[in-house]
Amino acid sequence: MPEPASFDIWILAFSAITVVVTIWMGFRSAKTSKSASDFFVAGRSVSVGWNASAISGEYLSAASFMGIAGMVMLSGYDALWYPVCYACGYLFLLLFIAGPLRRFGAYTIPDFAEGRYDSPAFRKIAVCFVLFIGFFYTMPQMKGAGTTLAYIFPGLPYWVGVALVGAVITLNVALGGMKGITLVQAVQYWIKMFAISVPIFVLLSVYGGYGENLSLNQSHTDLASPPAVVETVAPASGSESGSPQRLDLPAAAPTDADWLSPFGPLTSKAAEAAGLTPEETKPLSLLYTFSLIVALVCGTAGLPHILVRFYTNPDGAAAKRTTMWVMILIGVFYVFPPVFGVVGRNFLPELYEATGSKGPDKVVLELPMLIREKYGILGSILSGITCAGAFAAFMSTFSGLLVSMTGALAHDVYGRILRPSSTPEQRLRMFKWCAIFVGGVSVILGALVEPLEINFMVGQAFAIAAASYFPLLFMSVWWRGMTMKGAATGMLVGGLCALLSATLVNASTLALDKGPMGKLFAGFDGMNDFWKVHPLLRILAEQPAIWSVPLSIGLMIVVSKATRKTVPEDIRMKMLVLHAPEKLGLKQEYIEEQQVAGH
Amino acid sequence: MSQQNPDPDDFIHSEEFLHHLMRRQLRLSIACAAAFLVLLFGLPLANYYAPDFMAQRVGGFTLTWLILGVLFFPFVWAIAGVFISRSMALEETEVHLAADGNAKRNGNGQNNPNAPDNGDAEA
Repeated sequence: MPEPASFDIWILAFSAITVVVTIWMGFRSAKTSKSASDFFVAGRSVSVGWNASAISGEYLSAASFMGIAGMVMLSGYDALWYPVCYACGYLFLLLFIAGPLRRFGAYTIPDFAEGRYDSPAFRKIAVCFVLFIGFFYTMPQMKGAGTTLAYIFPGLPYWVGVALVGAVITLNVALGGMKGITLVQAVQYWIKMFAISVPIFVLLSVYGGYGENLSLNQSHTDLASPPAVVETVAPASGSESGSPQRLDLPAAAPTDADWLSPFGPLTSKAAEAAGLTPEETKPLSLLYTFSLIVALVCGTAGLPHILVRFYTNPDGAAAKRTTMWVMILIGVFYVFPPVFGVVGRNFLPELYEATGSKGPDKVVLELPMLIREKYGILGSILSGITCAGAFAAFMSTFSGLLVSMTGALAHDVYGRILRPSSTPEQRLRMFKWCAIFVGGVSVILGALVEPLEINFMVGQAFAIAAASYFPLLFMSVWWRGMTMKGAATGMLVGGLCALLSATLVNASTLALDKGPMGKLFAGFDGMNDFWKVHPLLRILAEQPAIWSVPLSIGLMIVVSKATRKTVPEDIRMKMLVLHAPEKLGLKQEYIEEQQVAGH
Repeated sequence: MSQQNPDPDDFIHSEEFLHHLMRRQLRLSIACAAAFLVLLFGLPLANYYAPDFMAQRVGGFTLTWLILGVLFFPFVWAIAGVFISRSMALEETEVHLAADGNAKRNGNGQNNPNAPDNGDAEA
């Protein structure tokens, strides 16, 4: 059975190579990135191919690489919404936000917030959300790191893995800045693509195709029409000859029909805990699904570490082409992780019985080991490749987040708010200190969340982005009546509501944990009784986007109407800069006007 | 811009141009978004109201799994491709429109230095 007693040399080798290459590239490009502008947006001259690979590399996080497979294995069909919306959220970004934001031209979202409303105060509010969303998004990355290291070195405590990976990446970012990151991210996309696709092709050739593996699971419809059933579930476990036979599912696994059908365990958990009938459960599941879709699609369009990359393209047309390529690159990638979940359900069912870093979240790492029985060392090599991919996944996303959060602290909080008179050298030094601070906090947060699912946590980060940045960007770009007060109220109330309800759900879930985290969060245990009585509220708290996004947009409209006297005076010019083709050169004109008026 | 401040009365800076510009862009974006949203929100509804139809087997997959797990991606690429080519064409048109508008308004053919495509537009 694939439970290595000590660490496997192949796995270790592949992972070590990934880490060393990442660090080496970081150090190498540290030599060439000197100016502050290099550090923040890579000198604004990255080609479409590199930039698209880099955005994809940064975007495909531990959630995509490990979390989706784990969640599909655990919850079945409903979990497919995650990869689809992760990829398709980009379309919203492209349709409504990418072009105008690029034309407006600013280093970060706080820059945009300040420029659009001529308000340094608003910048401070916007900066807060870079950090809120960033920290929420680093937690699952850290869990990915802890899980992977615990897999490579059996017996290593989860938190040691988190601390180790956190330290390495923090050092790398502190020394290289974003210019190093662009190259590293681009290479890491291709490592991840290779690492997710090659093992799956080998596995499918051994264990039968994607569809064939799915057909081993019988839906309600299949059961209702017996003649259609050809394949029977074999009771034999561990038989190694002939065509592969599925292993027995443990009691902890969802049944075939629940797993395969929409509105399964993921979306119906709250209602079932409350003891509702299937008829009462189904509408709530539909609500959950819709809320999840809104969170993921709108959230993608508001992720701060992704948006900042639009500024690294030379012009708007290139930014659009980049988005197209990003959608293709990540779309192709996202077909693969669910396959791991499907095959894992059939052939690695013992993972259902474990939790935390030993549970389904590690199916991507462990599944290739299955073919070791037949093909010997090939299993270890493939498992080594997926481990390398996992390293690439959490390292690249964490690096990107660290850059944008550190940028917010060094560029905005220090450079603009605390010490506006600081020299570029001081800011660069501050960038390094901020990186170390942010890295440290991320490690502490990451160590807390072992019992939570990777993918679920990422979904929550998206829900917060969906209720704060997405309404801000969308409304600011398309509605000239927005005022600073309206934008700030909507973003703050919507974003904080989503943040609080997500935190509340996480704390009550952690209180259920049997390990040390259960004790730490025991105070929230009472919430679980409340959720049992109010399943609808539980769903709305777990997936807040369906009410927090409209709330945020509604507040923006109402407050802006009430304060319409404070609409910026040059709003027509601002809107022209946002929307007129760059060839007309309005941006340059606008900057000069600002300089004449301001200084 | 030191010797010649932008003329607030020229066509590019007019309300008419901005209004027209934003409306055309928004219309394109909303049309593309609608195509996407119909499938995005329609699929859960189809699962809800026609579960047996969506559960039929297609090469081992259930129909709904095949749509969500595989076919959704090319569909979205197609929308994105259409949007990008249309929006680039739209930008070209707007540049020409702006140049035409300026030429008309200024009458004597005094070119706006910010519209590099003036020559093409009048051809």
